[in-house]
Amino acid sequence: MNKDTSHINPLENEAIYIIREVAAQFEKPVLLFSGGKDSITLVRLAQKAFWPAKIPFPLMHIDTGHNFPETIEFRDRLAKELGVELIVRNVQDSIDAGKVKEESGRYASRNSLQTTTLLDAIEEFKFDACIGGARRDEEKARAKERIFSVRDDFGQWDEKSQRPELFDMLNGDIELGQNVRCFPISNWTELDVWSYIQKEEIEIPSIYFAHKRKTFVRDGMIWSAEDDIVFRDEDEVVEERLVRFRTVGDMSCTAAVLSDAVSIDKVVSEIRDSSISERGARIDDKRSEAAMEKRKQQGYF
Amino acid sequence: MEVLKIATAGSVDDGKSTLIGRILYDTKSLTSDKLEAIEKTSKQKGYDYLDFSLATDGLVAEREQGITIDVAHIYFSTAKKSYIIADTPGHVEYTRNMVTGASTSQAAIILIDARKGVIEQTNRHFFINNLLRVKDVIVAINKMDLVDFSEERYNEIKADFSELMAKRDYQDQNITFIPVSALKGDNVVNKSENTPWYSGQTLLEHLEDLDRKDIFNAGTPRFPVQYVIRPKTDEFHDFRGFAGKVYGGELSVGDEVVALPSQTKSKIKEIYAYDKKYDTASRRSSVTITLEDEINVSRGDMIVRANELPQIEKQFTATISWMDSEQLQAGGKYVVQHGVNKVLAKVDKIHHKINPDYSGIEEGVTGLGMNDIAKVTFKLNKPIFFDAFKDHRTNGSFILIDTKTNSTVGAGFIQ
Repeated sequence: MNKDTSHINPLENEAIYIIREVAAQFEKPVLLFSGGKDSITLVRLAQKAFWPAKIPFPLMHIDTGHNFPETIEFRDRLAKELGVELIVRNVQDSIDAGKVKEESGRYASRNSLQTTTLLDAIEEFKFDACIGGARRDEEKARAKERIFSVRDDFGQWDEKSQRPELFDMLNGDIELGQNVRCFPISNWTELDVWSYIQKEEIEIPSIYFAHKRKTFVRDGMIWSAEDDIVFRDEDEVVEERLVRFRTVGDMSCTAAVLSDAVSIDKVVSEIRDSSISERGARIDDKRSEAAMEKRKQQGYF
Repeated sequence: MEVLKIATAGSVDDGKSTLIGRILYDTKSLTSDKLEAIEKTSKQKGYDYLDFSLATDGLVAEREQGITIDVAHIYFSTAKKSYIIADTPGHVEYTRNMVTGASTSQAAIILIDARKGVIEQTNRHFFINNLLRVKDVIVAINKMDLVDFSEERYNEIKADFSELMAKRDYQDQNITFIPVSALKGDNVVNKSENTPWYSGQTLLEHLEDLDRKDIFNAGTPRFPVQYVIRPKTDEFHDFRGFAGKVYGGELSVGDEVVALPSQTKSKIKEIYAYDKKYDTASRRSSVTITLEDEINVSRGDMIVRANELPQIEKQFTATISWMDSEQLQAGGKYVVQHGVNKVLAKVDKIHHKINPDYSGIEEGVTGLGMNDIAKVTFKLNKPIFFDAFKDHRTNGSFILIDTKTNSTVGAGFIQ
């Protein structure tokens, strides 16, 4: 038997507490799972929170259809291993149903289209709480987000009337039709997530590690050219480079970084020394300084 | 890794955002793309210095008005600690936001403009951090560059502030004065050559040296049950685990405990964190506990050591901070959320309002408005298990929820 629990990460203690509050306070929670490192970390925390019982809520992935194949394969395998229900809803279906219109041109992305599909799925399954892996250190508007963030019928975030959160107490009381976005790893930084993955020896998709990939460079950023998803001008030259991804969002808006970090240890030391923040590799935020805040008001995660 | 949460308080223009930006800059926590954005915007605005406040003022409305409107969280780390700063604004909903920020913090920074000295707002900032029993308060006397780094001015302000300290309720609070210039960087992270008369630590040095054992107020162990784990699998057929977080002290296997409210006795059989067993669950750890006997325990119940019972009452008196635009009325009904336990409550009596600037009390009030602090007695429909806030920061606090809007409308500290 181990002696005492004092060495356990305080951020882990906080996250487990929050996940247990979600399971206890809501009738139909769901964990939004993208196959990215943050949601993989959430799954591990949920496993810990309820052991030896199974995770008492399903996982849901809003699939843009532009995900890295490695991520999808990983997602399916993980859900099977955990014995947890996996719900997948496709942005393509929302496009086919005429609910959203595909963007076109150089900077076309399906990232913002996810919102409609997500809101429809919340309504379809009557989810009252969605657990997400957003972190406050990602972006300035995120820094103001509560741990329990109430959304109205339209999924909208009203940053001016957020509930104050005091001590450890989380107020999940809502009206019918409202739902709450819950962020257990709000207080983690990118480095905290990577260090945790390292310490816990959590498996993550291979695209997080350095690999050879056909790529091209635009606006100083490196884009995948292995498929037709990222729009490419004819004069943009394709070259094989040793790269890895720091986030695994929609391929059309997720840039790669040059890296030779082939193991988790090397990734962690690379992040520690790195001087570009993680969202610096996401083109959708660079569109304008207020980009994230606008998308959030519209119900984006 | 240790994590230290810090709340900041200051009036508009005291340079709070600049101070935080300066800390981030000098600890090399600003990434190159963020720094680039700050340089770009500073230039657009025609400044001849870097406007660090842009590193923290997140919302569009804030950038337009050049003010901070809500609690923002900022993260940075050194080789020694991880830091979380709750940046709380100093105007309109000031009390509400400061109480919120202070409630999760172990340390607070109060900013004073060296030109203006101790002003009415300073009284409020100190009052609230003392009311919330924040263990460590740093009084950063800022804009020292604008008073020629005058030792005399620094001592004057220190003397004025010491008068306030004599009035405080929570005497064990550690208070440290530091002369700084956030804009120029003096004594924030790096020691200043402009203050040879100051021999103390820089702001960051002080934070780095705060001892983890010291910053959390100790108390008796309390284990509010969040969730009951019953796997019902072949391997764990009879497993009944009580999941929760340990507050105040530590619990160990073999401890004689009682479950509240039933007051049934048992002993702690096992302590789990995930699939590992431990002898002891330390303060603030999320664990799962099993008991020797099969007793009825559900969410909202509390497990405590048998010889350390809290108060079990259907009525209590507390100092509350009202946070809603709708008034609190005598006779009004609210939900009291005490930890993970929720009970219906009625406002029995508003004794008096407490001016949060040490100017005394106001009697004969029938309602409370936004930012008011008052002594109030509540009657509950079910007993709760509490300690006085002065003895137990977690088990002595609660929030008030409006039954119609479901909003969190106040917070309280039990006497």
